Amino acid sequence: MEYKISNRLKIGAIVLIVLGVLGVGYGFMDASSVTKENITEFLANEDHHGAHATEGHGKAHEDVATHHELDTHGEEAHGAAHAEEDHSMSHEEHVLHQIHNRPWSALYVAAFFFFMIALGVLAFYAIQYAAQAGWSPVLFRVMEGITAYVLPGGLIVLLIAFFADSHIFIWMDEDVVAHDALIQGKAGWLNKTGFMIRGLIFLAGWSVYRIFARKFSVAQDNADINDNRNFKKNFRISAGFLVFYIYTESMMSWDWIMSVDPHWFSTLFGWYVFASMFVSGITVIALITIYLKSKGLLTFVNNSHIHDLAKFMFGISIFWTYLWFSQFMLIWYSNIPEEVTYFVTRIQDYNLPFFGMLALNFIFPLLLLMNSDYKRIPWFVVMAGVVILCGHYIDIFNMIMPATVGDRWFIGIPEIGSILLFGGLFLLVVFTALGKYPLLAKGNPFIKESEHFHY
Amino acid sequence: MEASKVIHAIYTDDDVLMSAVKKVKAQKHHIEEIYTPFPVHGLDKAMGLAPTRLAITAFLYGCVGITVAITMMNFIMIKDWPQDIGGKPSFSYLENMPAFVPIMFELTVFFAAHLMVITFYLRSRMWPFKKAENPDPRTTDDHFLMEIAVHNNEESLTNLLRETGAVEINIVDNDEDAH
Repeated sequence: MEYKISNRLKIGAIVLIVLGVLGVGYGFMDASSVTKENITEFLANEDHHGAHATEGHGKAHEDVATHHELDTHGEEAHGAAHAEEDHSMSHEEHVLHQIHNRPWSALYVAAFFFFMIALGVLAFYAIQYAAQAGWSPVLFRVMEGITAYVLPGGLIVLLIAFFADSHIFIWMDEDVVAHDALIQGKAGWLNKTGFMIRGLIFLAGWSVYRIFARKFSVAQDNADINDNRNFKKNFRISAGFLVFYIYTESMMSWDWIMSVDPHWFSTLFGWYVFASMFVSGITVIALITIYLKSKGLLTFVNNSHIHDLAKFMFGISIFWTYLWFSQFMLIWYSNIPEEVTYFVTRIQDYNLPFFGMLALNFIFPLLLLMNSDYKRIPWFVVMAGVVILCGHYIDIFNMIMPATVGDRWFIGIPEIGSILLFGGLFLLVVFTALGKYPLLAKGNPFIKESEHFHY
Repeated sequence: MEASKVIHAIYTDDDVLMSAVKKVKAQKHHIEEIYTPFPVHGLDKAMGLAPTRLAITAFLYGCVGITVAITMMNFIMIKDWPQDIGGKPSFSYLENMPAFVPIMFELTVFFAAHLMVITFYLRSRMWPFKKAENPDPRTTDDHFLMEIAVHNNEESLTNLLRETGAVEINIVDNDEDAH
């Protein structure tokens, strides 16, 4: 059962990348066309056209005031404050920052989204090995293909973080830190050198596991029927990896996501991001499996396997909602100003994506995938999968954007361009990796059980 | 009436039973009932039973549960004795909804689970102090019993069942064994 990336898919992916680069390029040019010189004019024009911004300005001040460490200044104080204190900002300068942050944030959100899919699949794959699951070995090669994106995707995220600097991570701006006691207190963890070193350690650990797991999985194919040494090795390193992963994934989510709001923290944030990446990853396994099956490949995958994947999509969607709600309800209920500001910003300025995401990530999967029979219908699973992926993109969008662009968000050319760019890259890497080895991990000791899996 | 006569074929292994069921169905015989000491996976499909509708009732009971929860919380916390919830005395159900979600969830599960079990018992005609229906106490231990009605084909049925690996075949008059 061989597979080679088809020319059409390859060209399609490259077209996506090119379109994406154009979109991203346009985003940066468009943002840099607004400068210190013409920002006043720009805003006057915007207000003149009755743009959405007017109403939001007061709030935007408030949000970013927290952000730029003006905690003590209320809305009214803000105007007066910037005359006296050199670290405060005029409204114009503030908007200018948001405009310049947007293309970086758009790039970062899309890069992280595709990276997290691969990382979620890697965790799922390790769980299958550690649990010695009998149903899933027919899907191992699909999972191994997707996890090929962990290393390139992760490096891209780190690179963007490195170059975006304070455009995304406000604590990387020394001037801000100098006037912010809270960030100063966290500087032992939140500093750029530490951020990069930690990021590289995480990526190295995940990639080493992925390289060896793939190596042993392929070696098991060619081994003697009674020789299960490679499988056993994989079992051991998978168990070890899962321990490493659950710590580093959590730290990664503090570093790469939670630190964009450096004053705010949530103790279950790592779990919450994990749920998001896990459900997105499983969804992509299902989508690629269905795609390959439609090409006449993966004949050994039957509708019970699709059913099981869809059950996971359903179950982990509910798990995600459970964590989202656990985080939201405690903060909403206790109503502590420094905590609740996180959700106030999102409900006021991001109302549609914030609540829309709940519909996409919870209501849709709940209702679409509840019926047992529907979980076996490929086009139904694809439909639910597309909804879930859109929902989790918006989830990441909601995590990053409020901290960087405030109320000046939109899903426009920079955002869609970034999705196309990394989507194309993801397809190219994943399907090239899929073509490297046969699609059936025939040496796996559970492969017969998996082929006959029937529910 | 011949239909009052039934054959009881007894098996000692669930795999043998499964293949026996498939053979008997292939010969177009109608299986009245099978008694097993534990649930045998796939037996319902092999017997050609219609899929259970219990899941649909569970969904409906869940809907009842969430409605009860909303009505109850709205009455208790908003209408009858308005409560200040988390320093947000808005006295609006919708604005205080997050506080009620755990109760809505719990009552949904509570109603779905309990009413589904009760429905299952009623549908299976089981209630306290009911006399057991299984014709042979060994089916509660380690034997499997297949019951087939006899229609003037005692001999051919007996032969067929013996071929399928039944360890014991009894012909029972239904009158003696009235449920």
